[in-house]
Amino acid sequence: MTTLPTTNGTQTGSSLLDSKIPDGPMAEKWDKRKFELKLVNPANKRKFTVIVVGSGLAGGAAAASLGELGYNVKCFCVQDSARRAHSIAAQGGINAAKNYPNDGDSVRRLFYDTVKGGDYRARESNVYRLAQLSSNIIDQCVAQGVPFARDYGGLLANRSFGGAQVSRTFYARGQTGQQLLLGAYQALMRQVNAGKVEMQPWQEMMDLVVVDGVARGIVTRSLRTGEFQVHMADGVVLATGGYSNVYYLSTNAKSCNVTAAWRCYKRGALFANPCYTQIHPTCMPASGEYQSKLTLMSESLRNDGRVWVPKKQGDTRAPGDIPEEDRDYFLERRYPAFGNLVPRDVASRAAKERCDAGYGVGDTGYAVYLDFGDAIERDGKKTIAAKYGNLFHMYDKIIGENPYEVPMKIYPAAHYTMGGLWVDYNLESTVPGLYVAGEANFSDHGANRLGASALMQGLADGYFVIPYTVGDHLARQGKSEADEFHPAAQEALVDSRNRVEKLLAVGGNQSVDSMHRRLGKIMQDKCGMSRDEPGLIGAIEDIRALREEFWSDVRVLGSGEAINQQLEHAGRVADFLEFAEVFCMDALERRESCGGHFREEYQYTDADDIVKDGYISAGEAKRDDENFTHVAAWKYTGEDTPPERHVEELDFVECPLTTRSYK
Amino acid sequence: MSELNLTLRVWRQSSADEPGHFENYRLTGISTHMSFLEMLDVLNEQLTAQGEEPVAFDHDCREGICGTCGMMINGQAHGPDKETTTCQLHMRRFKDGDTINIEPWRASSFPVLKDLIVDRSAFDRIIQAGGYVSVNTGNAQDANALPVRKSDADKAMDAAACIGCGACVASCKNASAMLFTSAKVSHLALLPQGKTERAERVTRMVAQMDEEGFGGCTNTNECEAACPAGISVSNIARLNREYLKAALTAEDA
Repeated sequence: MTTLPTTNGTQTGSSLLDSKIPDGPMAEKWDKRKFELKLVNPANKRKFTVIVVGSGLAGGAAAASLGELGYNVKCFCVQDSARRAHSIAAQGGINAAKNYPNDGDSVRRLFYDTVKGGDYRARESNVYRLAQLSSNIIDQCVAQGVPFARDYGGLLANRSFGGAQVSRTFYARGQTGQQLLLGAYQALMRQVNAGKVEMQPWQEMMDLVVVDGVARGIVTRSLRTGEFQVHMADGVVLATGGYSNVYYLSTNAKSCNVTAAWRCYKRGALFANPCYTQIHPTCMPASGEYQSKLTLMSESLRNDGRVWVPKKQGDTRAPGDIPEEDRDYFLERRYPAFGNLVPRDVASRAAKERCDAGYGVGDTGYAVYLDFGDAIERDGKKTIAAKYGNLFHMYDKIIGENPYEVPMKIYPAAHYTMGGLWVDYNLESTVPGLYVAGEANFSDHGANRLGASALMQGLADGYFVIPYTVGDHLARQGKSEADEFHPAAQEALVDSRNRVEKLLAVGGNQSVDSMHRRLGKIMQDKCGMSRDEPGLIGAIEDIRALREEFWSDVRVLGSGEAINQQLEHAGRVADFLEFAEVFCMDALERRESCGGHFREEYQYTDADDIVKDGYISAGEAKRDDENFTHVAAWKYTGEDTPPERHVEELDFVECPLTTRSYK
Repeated sequence: MSELNLTLRVWRQSSADEPGHFENYRLTGISTHMSFLEMLDVLNEQLTAQGEEPVAFDHDCREGICGTCGMMINGQAHGPDKETTTCQLHMRRFKDGDTINIEPWRASSFPVLKDLIVDRSAFDRIIQAGGYVSVNTGNAQDANALPVRKSDADKAMDAAACIGCGACVASCKNASAMLFTSAKVSHLALLPQGKTERAERVTRMVAQMDEEGFGGCTNTNECEAACPAGISVSNIARLNREYLKAALTAEDA
């Protein structure tokens, strides 16, 4: 019998979760907060040290900006260089409410689209601030020399993305993340050169040091030498990205992990909405058991590509031989208003529905076509190549087929995680002094993230929020007295060492990779694109059994005193094995469907009035606003006791709750 | 789909201080749909099962953009395909019965740390020397205040596409970092935002490049041929022009 989590936290307004949303009109909240935040005198800034963990868009931008302000910054990353953070892989673009195309965009519209896109499970005030800051981001990046696409007049070009009816996405070919990250990286390198940032690559954060309830430092392990170190500071910013690799197969880089966030959870930071995962519709399908990752292709492809499957089940004709009348353009059919540009969760589920029903294509039957035939005929190959050339090239390289001639085959893959450490409006976690930015926090995307919004959020947090709010903490808290010999620091250090030794001592028979794959399979099958109660209960049992097996039978070779990639991986998988359980508990307790979280039990059927009225189709996600218009945040209570589920109620004042329809 | 039986000759080196050597491994039943790194994953699973330490190699995004992976494959940086990183290389490019030589990047400025992993921190230090626009957060004017000719923006983007993998250095007989350095110099020199600092930038970046011990450029163009991001050697010509102009117009010359 599985012990299910206690839900003693479901009482409303948990005192642990004070969102600290400023009073007053929505449009003035951030201004008001900036005025309320305490400042650190310019001469005093150099007395404070801030740790930033992660060097992607959020971490790199925060570290550079804090350095520019005059703080001493120590920035850590697991990669060999700050430039390799996974933000680099984002392709399509970054949203901003510039309204340059004069097509009706505004801060309010970007705000509204993001709240609606998130299926009304995000905090309105945070999203509004994000929309307000979006324009500043573009200005900043252009000033840094980010080579955004431009029109012949020399002004910035825009394109459309899913979930929006305006063109507000700025892009740098299919390499927008790369260019934005290099902008942040260059700003960071400038601060390294100025002596304000100490960059420490190849370091894994092993633990958070909490002194008298306040985050005061971290424990790191060098991935080059195995050396453990304690770094003390006056504030800690965590920007360590998302946890999609819990699925093993995802679009994330291999080193993406939940370890740093999980260590913070175990030191008292609540973990919010872990079950909100985004499954991205346009990825290259898996080809075999050895598959090590899935490659995403930008959603921008859906601007010109048309998604279809054969109308007949098991139609094995080559796509070019299937005439127009035998094709089912199922997104255009089901969602005439948005067509191929419906949000990601909607597009992914629709593809899965067709494949599950036996209409899928390719060797495995788990793929749908993304066809550029019409676009090439309309605009010419040259135009299409200018927009998507590098993506077509990438597809050809991996799959070995030419998308100019044969439709692409795509299938959804785990991509982005909306859940993350709980933060208040100031991006501070439930551990004072621990701030969380970018994908690592939960704040802005609700239950589903719109395309081109991750880059926007990472940079908004890093450039424009963290530098203000961390300063307030430093001004209020003052300089830390605790040094690395403080008992709390030494305890965290010993814990970290013990963990590594324990992994090396198991001496079992199964490889880390094979056990990670098994965890991924459980998660894909039972807590992936669709979930149900029996599956989730089974998943929790499976995860517990696998975790036990891991600690008795994993094989980690080599030593802890040198480069040991298997050992790195083992530590991360060990954390995924704990995290996955809370992930499934969250999915189980959220007894509704919303955004990326789809519960089979909660969907519209033909019996519902709004289906009869034609507003929405049967099979669409059914929210339960009465009982679940809240953030669920999980609190660690000990190794042998279940976590507590705490609740932050969400108010929708500016964007009244409506059923999301893209029909 | 077909399957390959392969012999791998892999460089093994336990640490920076130890001498390395080649080790032979046999692999059977490798699917042609596998990526090159997935083939190495299979090798590592096999080694782990045998109780031998797996081959250490750098990799991360596995989609050709992060620049982490890189190895000499049969003497070519990133292997035989044009504009392709090691992670994007697929086994359909090889034949049954092939012997594949796998080595780390070879350059004294990129010391080998373990097996196929090298230290490329010299690239970070070149960027630190001046590969940026000095603009603090919050100082920016409206993004459209300064139009940029499309052809300049496109050329800047071409140069900015560099992924910093180091294939240019590894493929160069002089282990020169000119393609890498020139890509950043060009990216910023082509844009109005980068013009103010162009003289200092090129001077400082070239000085750092020399200090790191990278060799000189002798226009062999091997770097361009090996570059997975398609960076053109015309950027090196631009770097030279920038450098010469900076030297001739230096106020304290």
